[in-house]
Amino acid sequence: MLTFTPADYEAIGLSVKVAITATLLSLPLGFLLSYILTYGAFRGKLLLEVLINLPLTLPPVVIGYILLLLLGRHGWLGGMLEAAGIRIIFTWKAAVIASAVVGFPLLVRSIRIGMETIDRQLIHASRTLGAHWYDTLITIILPLSTRSIIAGSFLMFARSLGEFGATIIVAGNIPGVTQTIPLAIYEYAASPGSEAMALSLCLVSVLLSLVVLVLHEVIGRKLVRS
Amino acid sequence: MEISIKAGKRYGDCAMEFDFAVSGERVGIFGESGSGKSTLVGILAGLIQPDRGEISLDGECIFSSTKRINIPPERRRITVVFQQPTLFPHLSVKSNLLYGFRRSLPEQRTIDFAKLVEVLNLDALLERGVNNLSGGEKQRVSLGRAVLANPRLLLMDEPMSALDDTLKFQIIPYMKSVSEQFGIPYLFISHSLVEMRLMAEQVIVVSGGRNAGLTTADQLARDRMGNSPVGYINLLKVKAPRRTDGLFAYSWGNQELFISAGNEQEEALFELSSKDIILCKRHPEAISARNLIACTVANTFVSGNRIGVELACGDKLMVAEIVESAAEELGIRAGSELFAVIKAVAFRRLG
Repeated sequence: MLTFTPADYEAIGLSVKVAITATLLSLPLGFLLSYILTYGAFRGKLLLEVLINLPLTLPPVVIGYILLLLLGRHGWLGGMLEAAGIRIIFTWKAAVIASAVVGFPLLVRSIRIGMETIDRQLIHASRTLGAHWYDTLITIILPLSTRSIIAGSFLMFARSLGEFGATIIVAGNIPGVTQTIPLAIYEYAASPGSEAMALSLCLVSVLLSLVVLVLHEVIGRKLVRS
Repeated sequence: MEISIKAGKRYGDCAMEFDFAVSGERVGIFGESGSGKSTLVGILAGLIQPDRGEISLDGECIFSSTKRINIPPERRRITVVFQQPTLFPHLSVKSNLLYGFRRSLPEQRTIDFAKLVEVLNLDALLERGVNNLSGGEKQRVSLGRAVLANPRLLLMDEPMSALDDTLKFQIIPYMKSVSEQFGIPYLFISHSLVEMRLMAEQVIVVSGGRNAGLTTADQLARDRMGNSPVGYINLLKVKAPRRTDGLFAYSWGNQELFISAGNEQEEALFELSSKDIILCKRHPEAISARNLIACTVANTFVSGNRIGVELACGDKLMVAEIVESAAEELGIRAGSELFAVIKAVAFRRLG
Protein backbone atom coordinates (compact mmCIF):
# COMPACT_ATOMS: atom_id res chain seq x y z
CA MET A 1 0.00 0.00 0.00
CA LEU A 2 1.34 3.41 -0.94
CA THR A 3 1.71 5.86 1.89
CA PHE A 4 2.49 9.54 1.53
CA THR A 5 3.36 12.19 4.08
CA PRO A 6 2.13 15.79 3.63
CA ALA A 7 5.70 16.65 2.52
CA ASP A 8 5.42 13.99 -0.22
CA TYR A 9 2.21 15.56 -1.52
CA GLU A 10 3.95 18.90 -1.51
CA ALA A 11 6.87 17.41 -3.43
CA ILE A 12 4.53 15.94 -6.06
CA GLY A 13 2.63 19.22 -6.35
CA LEU A 14 5.84 21.22 -6.57
CA SER A 15 7.31 18.92 -9.20
CA VAL A 16 4.28 19.39 -11.43
CA LYS A 17 4.18 23.15 -10.77
CA VAL A 18 7.90 23.58 -11.54
CA ALA A 19 7.70 21.45 -14.70
CA ILE A 20 4.61 23.26 -16.02
CA THR A 21 6.04 26.72 -15.27
CA ALA A 22 9.43 25.88 -16.82
CA THR A 23 7.74 24.53 -19.96
CA LEU A 24 5.32 27.45 -20.37
CA LEU A 25 8.05 30.02 -19.79
CA SER A 26 10.34 28.33 -22.34
CA LEU A 27 7.72 28.06 -25.08
CA PRO A 28 7.87 31.58 -26.61
CA LEU A 29 11.66 31.67 -26.69
CA GLY A 30 11.85 28.05 -27.83
CA PHE A 31 9.48 28.76 -30.72
CA LEU A 32 11.36 31.89 -31.75
CA LEU A 33 14.77 30.21 -31.61
CA SER A 34 13.43 27.22 -33.55
CA TYR A 35 12.21 29.65 -36.22
CA ILE A 36 15.57 31.40 -36.36
CA LEU A 37 17.49 28.12 -36.57
CA THR A 38 15.17 26.63 -39.19
CA TYR A 39 14.77 29.59 -41.51
CA GLY A 40 17.59 31.95 -40.67
CA ALA A 41 20.91 32.15 -42.46
CA PHE A 42 23.37 34.19 -40.46
CA ARG A 43 26.85 34.15 -39.04
CA GLY A 44 27.09 32.44 -35.70
CA LYS A 45 24.19 30.08 -36.40
CA LEU A 46 26.36 27.08 -35.57
CA LEU A 47 27.47 28.69 -32.31
CA LEU A 48 23.86 29.41 -31.35
CA GLU A 49 22.93 25.81 -32.13
CA VAL A 50 25.78 24.48 -30.01
CA LEU A 51 24.87 26.78 -27.12
CA ILE A 52 21.22 25.70 -27.18
CA ASN A 53 22.16 22.03 -27.27
CA LEU A 54 24.94 22.28 -24.70
CA PRO A 55 22.72 21.37 -21.70
CA LEU A 56 21.98 18.04 -23.44
CA THR A 57 25.58 16.93 -22.99
CA LEU A 58 26.74 18.91 -19.94
CA PRO A 59 26.33 17.19 -16.56
CA PRO A 60 23.31 18.86 -14.90
CA VAL A 61 25.48 19.55 -11.85
CA VAL A 62 27.70 21.74 -14.02
CA ILE A 63 24.67 23.63 -15.27
CA GLY A 64 23.52 24.06 -11.67
CA TYR A 65 26.89 25.37 -10.66
CA ILE A 66 27.02 27.87 -13.54
CA LEU A 67 23.52 29.04 -12.64
CA LEU A 68 24.59 29.40 -9.01
CA LEU A 69 27.51 31.56 -10.07
CA LEU A 70 25.22 33.62 -12.25
CA LEU A 71 22.23 33.95 -9.94
CA GLY A 72 23.94 33.87 -6.55
CA ARG A 73 24.08 36.96 -4.37
CA HIS A 74 27.49 37.85 -5.74
CA GLY A 75 26.70 36.69 -9.24
CA TRP A 76 26.38 39.00 -12.21
CA LEU A 77 22.62 38.58 -12.58
CA GLY A 78 21.92 37.71 -8.94
CA GLY A 79 23.41 41.01 -7.75
CA MET A 80 21.13 43.01 -10.02
CA LEU A 81 18.08 41.01 -8.98
CA GLU A 82 19.02 41.37 -5.33
CA ALA A 83 19.17 45.14 -5.79
CA ALA A 84 15.66 44.99 -7.26
CA GLY A 85 14.53 42.97 -4.23
CA ILE A 86 14.17 39.67 -6.11
CA ARG A 87 15.71 36.53 -4.70
CA ILE A 88 15.98 33.47 -6.90
CA ILE A 89 18.47 31.11 -5.30
CA PHE A 90 16.96 28.49 -2.96
CA THR A 91 13.39 29.31 -4.01
CA TRP A 92 11.12 27.31 -6.31
CA LYS A 93 11.91 29.88 -9.03
CA ALA A 94 15.48 28.58 -9.09
CA ALA A 95 14.10 25.07 -9.63
CA VAL A 96 12.08 26.45 -12.57
CA ILE A 97 15.17 28.05 -14.10
CA ALA A 98 17.23 24.87 -13.65
CA SER A 99 14.49 22.77 -15.29
CA ALA A 100 14.05 25.30 -18.07
CA VAL A 101 17.73 25.30 -18.99
CA VAL A 102 18.06 21.52 -18.91
CA GLY A 103 14.84 20.81 -20.85
CA PHE A 104 15.15 23.65 -23.38
CA PRO A 105 17.16 21.75 -26.05
CA LEU A 106 14.51 19.03 -26.16
CA LEU A 107 11.80 21.61 -26.75
CA VAL A 108 13.73 23.35 -29.51
CA ARG A 109 14.61 20.05 -31.21
CA SER A 110 10.99 18.94 -31.33
CA ILE A 111 9.71 22.25 -32.67
CA ARG A 112 12.47 22.36 -35.29
CA ILE A 113 11.65 18.90 -36.57
CA GLY A 114 8.06 20.03 -37.05
CA MET A 115 9.05 23.31 -38.70
CA GLU A 116 11.38 21.60 -41.12
CA THR A 117 8.48 19.55 -42.47
CA ILE A 118 6.56 22.69 -43.45
CA ASP A 119 6.65 23.10 -47.22
CA ARG A 120 8.78 26.17 -48.00
CA GLN A 121 6.49 27.00 -50.90
CA LEU A 122 3.71 27.71 -48.38
CA ILE A 123 5.92 30.32 -46.81
CA HIS A 124 6.84 31.72 -50.21
CA ALA A 125 3.16 31.81 -51.19
CA SER A 126 2.29 33.64 -48.01
CA ARG A 127 5.02 36.25 -48.58
CA THR A 128 4.04 36.92 -52.20
CA LEU A 129 0.42 37.27 -51.06
CA GLY A 130 1.44 40.28 -48.99
CA ALA A 131 2.38 38.84 -45.60
CA HIS A 132 5.40 40.25 -43.77
CA TRP A 133 7.77 37.71 -42.22
CA TYR A 134 6.18 38.07 -38.78
CA ASP A 135 2.70 37.75 -40.32
CA THR A 136 3.80 34.50 -42.01
CA LEU A 137 5.29 33.35 -38.70
CA ILE A 138 2.02 33.85 -36.86
CA THR A 139 -0.52 32.86 -39.52
CA ILE A 140 1.30 29.99 -41.28
CA ILE A 141 4.29 28.66 -39.35
CA LEU A 142 2.74 28.77 -35.86
CA PRO A 143 -0.49 26.92 -36.74
CA LEU A 144 1.42 24.34 -38.78
CA SER A 145 3.85 23.79 -35.88
CA THR A 146 1.15 23.27 -33.25
CA ARG A 147 1.62 19.54 -33.00
CA SER A 148 5.37 19.71 -32.74
CA ILE A 149 5.06 22.44 -30.12
CA ILE A 150 2.76 20.21 -28.08
CA ALA A 151 5.05 17.20 -28.53
CA GLY A 152 8.11 19.27 -27.53
CA SER A 153 6.29 20.62 -24.51
CA PHE A 154 5.49 17.11 -23.29
CA LEU A 155 9.09 16.07 -23.72
CA MET A 156 10.36 19.09 -21.86
CA PHE A 157 7.74 18.63 -19.13
CA ALA A 158 8.87 15.02 -18.66
CA ARG A 159 12.52 16.06 -18.52
CA SER A 160 11.70 18.75 -15.96
CA LEU A 161 9.92 16.22 -13.74
CA GLY A 162 13.15 14.27 -13.49
CA GLU A 163 15.49 17.23 -13.00
CA PHE A 164 17.83 16.68 -10.05
CA GLY A 165 21.47 17.69 -10.47
CA ALA A 166 21.03 21.34 -11.41
CA THR A 167 18.05 21.81 -9.10
CA ILE A 168 19.77 20.58 -5.92
CA ILE A 169 22.63 23.00 -6.44
CA VAL A 170 20.69 26.08 -7.35
CA ALA A 171 17.46 25.53 -5.37
CA GLY A 172 18.61 23.27 -2.55
CA ASN A 173 16.46 20.56 -1.02
CA ILE A 174 14.06 22.39 1.27
CA PRO A 175 10.87 20.39 2.01
CA GLY A 176 7.75 22.30 1.01
CA VAL A 177 9.81 25.00 -0.73
CA THR A 178 12.12 23.47 -3.30
CA GLN A 179 11.89 19.75 -2.68
CA THR A 180 10.61 18.07 -5.84
CA ILE A 181 10.02 14.29 -6.25
CA PRO A 182 13.62 13.38 -7.22
CA LEU A 183 15.01 15.40 -4.31
CA ALA A 184 12.57 13.81 -1.86
CA ILE A 185 13.54 10.34 -3.10
CA TYR A 186 17.20 11.27 -2.66
CA GLU A 187 16.52 12.29 0.92
CA TYR A 188 14.56 9.11 1.71
CA ALA A 189 17.27 6.99 0.13
CA ALA A 190 19.85 8.65 2.35
CA SER A 191 17.91 8.04 5.57
CA PRO A 192 17.63 4.45 6.90
CA GLY A 193 14.17 2.86 7.20
CA SER A 194 12.53 5.04 4.50
CA GLU A 195 12.66 2.54 1.67
CA ALA A 196 8.85 2.22 1.44
CA MET A 197 8.45 6.00 1.22
CA ALA A 198 11.16 6.23 -1.43
CA LEU A 199 9.52 3.43 -3.40
CA SER A 200 6.09 5.12 -3.25
CA LEU A 201 7.52 8.31 -4.71
CA CYS A 202 9.43 6.29 -7.30
CA LEU A 203 6.12 4.76 -8.39
CA VAL A 204 4.50 8.19 -8.67
CA SER A 205 7.47 9.32 -10.72
CA VAL A 206 7.21 6.32 -13.04
CA LEU A 207 3.47 6.82 -13.46
CA LEU A 208 3.81 10.53 -14.27
CA SER A 209 6.57 9.86 -16.78
CA LEU A 210 4.58 7.06 -18.41
CA VAL A 211 1.50 9.25 -18.86
CA VAL A 212 3.55 12.07 -20.32
CA LEU A 213 5.53 9.85 -22.67
CA VAL A 214 2.44 8.01 -23.90
CA LEU A 215 0.79 11.35 -24.68
CA HIS A 216 3.98 12.47 -26.41
CA GLU A 217 4.04 9.32 -28.56
CA VAL A 218 0.37 9.62 -29.50
CA ILE A 219 0.79 13.21 -30.60
CA GLY A 220 4.06 12.38 -32.35
CA ARG A 221 2.32 9.70 -34.42
CA LYS A 222 -0.46 12.06 -35.37
CA LEU A 223 2.24 14.48 -36.49
CA VAL A 224 3.81 11.89 -38.75
CA ARG A 225 0.43 10.95 -40.25
CA SER A 226 -0.48 14.53 -41.00
CA MET B 1 2.76 45.32 -68.12
CA GLU B 2 6.37 46.20 -68.76
CA ILE B 3 9.20 44.19 -67.29
CA SER B 4 12.84 44.95 -67.72
CA ILE B 5 15.39 42.69 -66.11
CA LYS B 6 19.13 42.53 -66.21
CA ALA B 7 20.21 40.33 -63.36
CA GLY B 8 22.76 37.66 -62.51
CA LYS B 9 22.68 34.90 -59.94
CA ARG B 10 25.31 32.27 -59.27
CA TYR B 11 24.75 28.89 -57.61
CA GLY B 12 28.13 27.25 -57.20
CA ASP B 13 29.38 26.58 -60.74
CA CYS B 14 26.06 27.44 -62.32
CA ALA B 15 25.79 31.08 -63.39
CA MET B 16 22.44 32.48 -64.48
CA GLU B 17 22.11 35.67 -66.44
CA PHE B 18 18.78 37.16 -67.44
CA ASP B 19 18.61 40.16 -69.71
CA PHE B 20 15.38 41.14 -71.43
CA ALA B 21 12.67 43.74 -71.61
CA VAL B 22 9.14 42.84 -72.56
CA SER B 23 5.76 44.48 -72.56
CA GLY B 24 2.43 42.76 -73.07
CA GLU B 25 -0.41 41.16 -71.18
CA ARG B 26 0.32 37.48 -71.81
CA VAL B 27 4.00 36.69 -71.92
CA GLY B 28 5.45 33.20 -71.85
CA ILE B 29 8.76 31.96 -70.47
CA PHE B 30 9.62 28.73 -72.22
CA GLY B 31 12.40 26.33 -71.28
CA GLU B 32 13.28 22.77 -70.38
CA SER B 33 13.48 21.60 -66.75
CA GLY B 34 16.57 22.96 -65.07
CA SER B 35 16.91 25.82 -67.56
CA GLY B 36 16.54 28.44 -64.85
CA LYS B 37 12.85 29.32 -65.28
CA SER B 38 12.00 28.86 -61.62
CA THR B 39 15.01 30.93 -60.57
CA LEU B 40 13.70 33.68 -62.81
CA VAL B 41 10.28 33.41 -61.12
CA GLY B 42 11.92 33.57 -57.69
CA ILE B 43 13.96 36.61 -58.69
CA LEU B 44 10.93 38.46 -60.05
CA ALA B 45 8.75 37.62 -57.04
CA GLY B 46 11.47 38.71 -54.61
CA LEU B 47 11.97 35.22 -53.17
CA ILE B 48 15.50 34.92 -54.56
CA GLN B 49 17.87 37.82 -54.39
CA PRO B 50 20.07 38.23 -57.48
CA ASP B 51 23.77 38.82 -56.92
CA ARG B 52 23.64 41.92 -59.06
CA GLY B 53 21.52 43.74 -61.58
CA GLU B 54 18.37 45.77 -61.98
CA ILE B 55 14.73 44.80 -62.31
CA SER B 56 11.85 47.12 -62.98
CA LEU B 57 8.14 46.54 -63.33
CA ASP B 58 5.92 49.13 -65.02
CA GLY B 59 8.68 51.70 -64.65
CA GLU B 60 9.17 51.11 -60.93
CA CYS B 61 12.53 49.75 -59.83
CA ILE B 62 11.93 46.68 -57.67
CA PHE B 63 15.54 45.60 -57.43
CA SER B 64 18.80 47.38 -58.01
CA SER B 65 22.14 46.26 -56.64
CA THR B 66 23.75 49.61 -57.40
CA LYS B 67 20.98 51.70 -55.83
CA ARG B 68 20.59 49.15 -53.03
CA ILE B 69 16.90 48.65 -53.71
CA ASN B 70 15.26 45.32 -52.97
CA ILE B 71 11.53 45.56 -52.48
CA PRO B 72 10.44 42.58 -50.33
CA PRO B 73 7.99 40.07 -51.85
CA GLU B 74 5.06 41.28 -49.77
CA ARG B 75 5.33 44.77 -51.27
CA ARG B 76 5.96 43.85 -54.91
CA ARG B 77 2.36 42.95 -55.74
CA ILE B 78 3.58 40.06 -57.85
CA THR B 79 1.75 36.87 -56.92
CA VAL B 80 2.66 33.35 -57.94
CA VAL B 81 0.63 30.30 -58.93
CA PHE B 82 3.10 27.53 -58.17
CA GLN B 83 3.48 24.13 -59.78
CA GLN B 84 1.92 22.56 -56.69
CA PRO B 85 -1.20 24.35 -55.44
CA THR B 86 0.50 25.29 -52.09
CA LEU B 87 -2.80 25.92 -50.33
CA PHE B 88 -2.56 26.58 -46.61
CA PRO B 89 -3.69 23.23 -45.16
CA HIS B 90 -5.01 24.67 -41.91
CA LEU B 91 -7.35 27.13 -43.62
CA SER B 92 -10.65 26.65 -45.45
CA VAL B 93 -10.99 27.34 -49.17
CA LYS B 94 -12.55 30.72 -48.39
CA SER B 95 -9.79 31.72 -45.96
CA ASN B 96 -7.18 30.63 -48.49
CA LEU B 97 -8.83 32.75 -51.17
CA LEU B 98 -8.99 35.78 -48.89
CA TYR B 99 -5.44 35.46 -47.50
CA GLY B 100 -3.90 37.88 -49.98
CA PHE B 101 -7.05 39.99 -50.36
CA ARG B 102 -7.04 40.84 -46.64
CA ARG B 103 -3.43 41.92 -46.90
CA SER B 104 -3.89 44.13 -49.95
CA LEU B 105 -4.39 47.87 -49.57
CA PRO B 106 -8.09 48.80 -49.73
CA GLU B 107 -7.45 51.40 -52.44
CA GLN B 108 -5.82 48.74 -54.63
CA ARG B 109 -8.66 46.27 -54.38
CA THR B 110 -10.29 45.97 -57.76
CA ILE B 111 -11.22 42.30 -57.75
CA ASP B 112 -14.70 41.44 -56.59
CA PHE B 113 -14.74 38.28 -54.47
CA ALA B 114 -18.19 37.12 -55.59
CA LYS B 115 -17.35 37.63 -59.25
CA LEU B 116 -14.07 35.75 -58.97
CA VAL B 117 -15.79 32.86 -57.21
CA GLU B 118 -18.27 32.76 -60.07
CA VAL B 119 -15.62 32.92 -62.82
CA LEU B 120 -13.58 30.13 -61.24
CA ASN B 121 -16.68 28.12 -60.33
CA LEU B 122 -15.67 27.83 -56.67
CA ASP B 123 -19.03 28.52 -55.03
CA ALA B 124 -19.64 24.97 -53.83
CA LEU B 125 -16.14 24.65 -52.36
CA LEU B 126 -15.92 27.77 -50.19
CA GLU B 127 -16.55 26.24 -46.78
CA ARG B 128 -14.58 23.06 -47.43
CA GLY B 129 -11.12 22.21 -46.14
CA VAL B 130 -8.44 22.23 -48.82
CA ASN B 131 -7.31 18.65 -48.22
CA ASN B 132 -10.46 17.18 -49.73
CA LEU B 133 -10.24 18.94 -53.08
CA SER B 134 -9.22 17.35 -56.37
CA GLY B 135 -6.02 18.47 -58.11
CA GLY B 136 -7.90 20.73 -60.54
CA GLU B 137 -10.00 22.29 -57.79
CA LYS B 138 -6.90 22.98 -55.71
CA GLN B 139 -5.19 24.72 -58.60
CA ARG B 140 -8.31 26.83 -59.26
CA VAL B 141 -8.31 27.93 -55.59
CA SER B 142 -4.62 28.69 -55.84
CA LEU B 143 -5.23 30.79 -58.95
CA GLY B 144 -8.14 32.57 -57.28
CA ARG B 145 -6.04 33.30 -54.20
CA ALA B 146 -3.26 34.81 -56.30
CA VAL B 147 -5.72 36.96 -58.28
CA LEU B 148 -7.63 38.16 -55.21
CA ALA B 149 -4.43 39.60 -53.77
CA ASN B 150 -4.89 42.30 -56.45
CA PRO B 151 -1.46 41.88 -58.03
CA ARG B 152 -0.11 43.99 -60.85
CA LEU B 153 1.53 40.87 -62.27
CA LEU B 154 0.67 37.19 -61.96
CA LEU B 155 3.46 34.64 -62.31
CA MET B 156 2.24 31.20 -63.32
CA ASP B 157 5.10 28.82 -62.67
CA GLU B 158 4.24 25.59 -64.51
CA PRO B 159 0.77 25.69 -62.94
CA MET B 160 -0.48 22.75 -64.98
CA SER B 161 2.41 20.34 -64.83
CA ALA B 162 1.02 18.55 -61.76
CA LEU B 163 -2.35 18.03 -63.45
CA ASP B 164 -3.33 15.25 -65.81
CA ASP B 165 -4.10 16.08 -69.43
CA THR B 166 -7.86 16.33 -69.08
CA LEU B 167 -7.68 18.67 -66.10
CA LYS B 168 -4.95 20.68 -67.74
CA PHE B 169 -7.11 21.72 -70.64
CA GLN B 170 -10.09 22.31 -68.38
CA ILE B 171 -8.15 24.85 -66.34
CA ILE B 172 -6.67 26.81 -69.26
CA PRO B 173 -9.92 28.68 -70.01
CA TYR B 174 -10.13 29.65 -66.33
CA MET B 175 -6.61 31.04 -66.38
CA LYS B 176 -7.22 33.05 -69.51
CA SER B 177 -10.62 34.35 -68.50
CA VAL B 178 -9.42 35.43 -65.05
CA SER B 179 -6.63 37.44 -66.61
CA GLU B 180 -8.90 38.96 -69.25
CA GLN B 181 -11.89 39.71 -67.03
CA PHE B 182 -9.91 41.23 -64.21
CA GLY B 183 -7.24 42.84 -66.36
CA ILE B 184 -4.25 41.16 -64.72
CA PRO B 185 -1.23 40.58 -66.93
CA TYR B 186 0.66 37.36 -66.49
CA LEU B 187 3.94 35.65 -67.14
CA PHE B 188 3.27 32.04 -68.00
CA ILE B 189 6.18 29.70 -67.34
CA SER B 190 6.18 26.24 -68.90
CA HIS B 191 8.21 23.57 -70.65
CA SER B 192 5.22 22.59 -72.77
CA LEU B 193 5.03 24.19 -76.18
CA VAL B 194 1.34 23.38 -76.51
CA GLU B 195 0.54 25.12 -73.20
CA MET B 196 2.70 28.02 -74.28
CA ARG B 197 0.77 28.43 -77.54
CA LEU B 198 -2.54 28.37 -75.71
CA MET B 199 -1.51 30.79 -72.97
CA ALA B 200 1.07 33.25 -74.31
CA GLU B 201 1.40 35.67 -77.18
CA GLN B 202 5.07 36.61 -76.84
CA VAL B 203 7.60 34.11 -75.59
CA ILE B 204 11.05 34.34 -74.09
CA VAL B 205 13.08 31.15 -74.38
CA VAL B 206 15.30 30.31 -71.41
CA SER B 207 18.02 27.69 -71.54
CA GLY B 208 21.15 27.07 -69.53
CA GLY B 209 20.33 29.94 -67.18
CA ARG B 210 20.18 32.49 -70.00
CA ASN B 211 17.43 33.91 -72.14
CA ALA B 212 17.20 34.32 -75.90
CA GLY B 213 15.31 37.11 -77.63
CA LEU B 214 11.59 37.57 -77.87
CA THR B 215 9.57 35.39 -80.22
CA THR B 216 5.99 34.23 -80.60
CA ALA B 217 4.75 30.86 -79.43
CA ASP B 218 3.78 29.88 -82.98
CA GLN B 219 7.15 30.88 -84.41
CA LEU B 220 8.85 28.87 -81.70
CA ALA B 221 6.78 25.81 -82.60
CA ARG B 222 7.74 26.23 -86.27
CA ASP B 223 11.42 26.64 -85.44
CA ARG B 224 11.38 23.50 -83.34
CA MET B 225 9.34 21.40 -85.76
CA GLY B 226 12.38 20.02 -87.58
CA ASN B 227 13.92 18.58 -84.45
CA SER B 228 10.78 17.68 -82.56
CA PRO B 229 9.71 14.03 -82.31
CA VAL B 230 6.07 15.14 -82.38
CA GLY B 231 6.39 17.65 -85.21
CA TYR B 232 4.41 20.87 -85.28
CA ILE B 233 1.23 20.52 -83.27
CA ASN B 234 -1.76 22.10 -85.00
CA LEU B 235 -4.23 23.33 -82.40
CA LEU B 236 -7.67 23.23 -83.91
CA LYS B 237 -10.51 25.04 -82.18
CA VAL B 238 -13.74 23.78 -83.67
CA LYS B 239 -17.44 24.22 -83.01
CA ALA B 240 -20.86 22.72 -83.61
CA PRO B 241 -20.28 19.00 -84.11
CA ARG B 242 -22.54 16.97 -86.40
CA ARG B 243 -22.74 13.20 -85.97
CA THR B 244 -22.23 11.18 -89.08
CA ASP B 245 -21.36 7.50 -89.61
CA GLY B 246 -19.99 7.11 -86.07
CA LEU B 247 -17.73 10.15 -86.49
CA PHE B 248 -18.05 13.80 -85.58
CA ALA B 249 -17.94 16.37 -88.35
CA TYR B 250 -16.78 19.90 -87.52
CA SER B 251 -16.70 22.74 -89.98
CA TRP B 252 -13.19 23.96 -90.69
CA GLY B 253 -12.77 26.94 -92.99
CA ASN B 254 -14.60 26.04 -96.17
CA GLN B 255 -14.35 22.27 -95.44
CA GLU B 256 -15.40 19.76 -92.81
CA LEU B 257 -13.12 17.71 -90.56
CA PHE B 258 -14.16 14.17 -89.65
CA ILE B 259 -12.88 13.26 -86.21
CA SER B 260 -13.35 10.03 -84.29
CA ALA B 261 -12.47 11.48 -80.85
CA GLY B 262 -15.20 14.14 -80.99
CA ASN B 263 -18.09 14.50 -78.56
CA GLU B 264 -21.35 16.35 -78.21
CA GLN B 265 -19.79 19.44 -76.59
CA GLU B 266 -20.44 22.62 -78.52
CA GLU B 267 -16.78 23.68 -78.61
CA ALA B 268 -13.72 21.49 -78.72
CA LEU B 269 -9.96 21.73 -79.05
CA PHE B 270 -8.01 19.10 -80.96
CA GLU B 271 -4.34 18.64 -81.64
CA LEU B 272 -3.05 17.29 -84.89
CA SER B 273 0.61 16.67 -85.58
CA SER B 274 2.10 18.00 -88.80
CA LYS B 275 3.44 14.46 -89.25
CA ASP B 276 -0.06 13.02 -89.52
CA ILE B 277 -0.91 14.94 -92.68
CA ILE B 278 -0.13 13.41 -96.08
CA LEU B 279 -0.10 15.72 -99.07
CA CYS B 280 -1.28 14.59 -102.53
CA LYS B 281 -1.02 16.44 -105.77
CA ARG B 282 -4.13 14.78 -107.21
CA HIS B 283 -7.31 13.41 -105.70
CA PRO B 284 -6.66 9.81 -104.59
CA GLU B 285 -9.50 7.59 -105.79
CA ALA B 286 -9.99 5.31 -102.83
CA ILE B 287 -8.40 5.83 -99.45
CA SER B 288 -9.13 4.72 -95.89
CA ALA B 289 -8.46 8.14 -94.37
CA ARG B 290 -11.72 9.99 -93.76
CA ASN B 291 -10.40 13.48 -94.37
CA LEU B 292 -9.49 14.50 -97.89
CA ILE B 293 -9.25 18.24 -97.83
CA ALA B 294 -8.70 20.42 -100.85
CA CYS B 295 -6.47 23.30 -99.81
CA THR B 296 -4.06 25.90 -101.06
CA VAL B 297 -0.45 26.29 -99.95
CA ALA B 298 -0.31 29.67 -98.21
CA ASN B 299 3.39 29.52 -97.47
CA THR B 300 6.30 27.19 -96.84
CA PHE B 301 9.14 27.38 -94.31
CA VAL B 302 12.26 25.43 -93.54
CA SER B 303 12.80 23.84 -90.13
CA GLY B 304 15.77 21.53 -89.71
CA ASN B 305 15.74 19.17 -92.70
CA ARG B 306 11.97 19.43 -93.13
CA ILE B 307 9.71 21.74 -95.03
CA GLY B 308 6.70 23.10 -93.21
CA VAL B 309 3.72 23.61 -95.51
CA GLU B 310 1.04 26.07 -94.43
CA LEU B 311 -2.27 24.85 -95.80
CA ALA B 312 -5.16 27.27 -96.16
CA CYS B 313 -8.75 26.08 -96.22
CA GLY B 314 -10.84 29.21 -96.50
CA ASP B 315 -9.82 31.35 -93.51
CA LYS B 316 -8.21 28.51 -91.56
CA LEU B 317 -4.60 27.36 -91.57
CA MET B 318 -2.84 24.15 -90.63
CA VAL B 319 0.78 23.12 -90.96
CA ALA B 320 1.97 19.88 -92.55
CA GLU B 321 5.59 18.77 -92.75
CA ILE B 322 7.36 16.94 -95.53
CA VAL B 323 10.96 16.26 -96.41
CA GLU B 324 12.74 18.39 -98.95
CA SER B 325 12.74 15.79 -101.74
CA ALA B 326 8.95 15.39 -101.44
CA ALA B 327 8.51 19.14 -101.68
CA GLU B 328 10.59 19.21 -104.86
CA GLU B 329 8.85 16.23 -106.41
CA LEU B 330 5.39 17.64 -105.81
CA GLY B 331 6.55 21.13 -106.75
CA ILE B 332 5.08 22.59 -103.59
CA ARG B 333 5.25 26.35 -103.33
CA ALA B 334 2.96 29.15 -102.22
CA GLY B 335 -0.23 28.97 -104.27
CA SER B 336 -0.05 25.23 -105.06
CA GLU B 337 -3.36 23.38 -104.93
CA LEU B 338 -3.13 20.17 -102.87
CA PHE B 339 -5.16 17.52 -101.13
CA ALA B 340 -4.38 16.93 -97.45
CA VAL B 341 -5.10 13.40 -96.30
CA ILE B 342 -5.75 12.98 -92.55
CA LYS B 343 -7.06 9.95 -90.71
CA ALA B 344 -10.08 10.55 -88.48
CA VAL B 345 -8.17 8.95 -85.60
CA ALA B 346 -5.18 11.28 -85.93
CA PHE B 347 -6.89 14.08 -84.00
CA ARG B 348 -6.41 14.09 -80.25
CA ARG B 349 -8.93 15.90 -78.13
CA LEU B 350 -7.44 18.34 -75.62
CA GLY B 351 -10.47 19.93 -74.09
